[in-house]
Amino acid sequence: MDERIRTILREYGQLPLEVDKIGDDDDLYQAGMTSHASVNVMLALEDEFDIEFPEAMLAKGTFESVAAIRTALGELIGA
Amino acid sequence: MRTGTALRVGADVVVIHQVAESVDRFGARYLERVYTEHELRSCTGSPASRNASLAARFAAKEATIKVLRPRDHQPDWRSVEVRRDAGGWCTMALTGHAAALADQAGIDELAVSLTHEGDMAAAVVVALCHAEDETIDHGALPALDAFGRKN
Repeated sequence: MDERIRTILREYGQLPLEVDKIGDDDDLYQAGMTSHASVNVMLALEDEFDIEFPEAMLAKGTFESVAAIRTALGELIGA
Repeated sequence: MRTGTALRVGADVVVIHQVAESVDRFGARYLERVYTEHELRSCTGSPASRNASLAARFAAKEATIKVLRPRDHQPDWRSVEVRRDAGGWCTMALTGHAAALADQAGIDELAVSLTHEGDMAAAVVVALCHAEDETIDHGALPALDAFGRKN
């Protein structure tokens, strides 16, 4: 799952550094991901994992790190 | 208990071609997830003109969220709406969680200014807050005397 998340971040995160150098718990917003890029990441994750993020999960924290995204996907895929 | 007034300001910039890429890649899902029907009706013209207008509206939404200062749950993008007046100027309209955050902050009025130039769109949002004294961040708005000097 992590590699699929990182592939999406690489393509849609608009990050100014290599995704491979970002740790699981590193803050993606501090790393340079904009709010607009996070929308694209969200939509791409929905496509990749065939899920839909409910409004309640649209907190900034949901997409703030690889680990946070993995946790959110786990909740949705496991639901 | 006395009440007072404070200002909050939020600003944001958005790269227009990134909005164009989102429209191309995700189409209606992107548009309908982020923008209201009114906003989509307001953004017309050539693709370049429409994308610039959409980017400015996204910047206004983000600027407004900065003003609202959500602690955890972020408002739905569509609950922060740019309303275009028939006269050409824009105002902000809040619903749902965004409206609740504004109410909690004592925000009575929001003013917005949108602009775009080249590949960048930007927005500035100013909020006028009425709140009890202890909830106002006086450090952000120092009291001035009649000559504009800090007291």
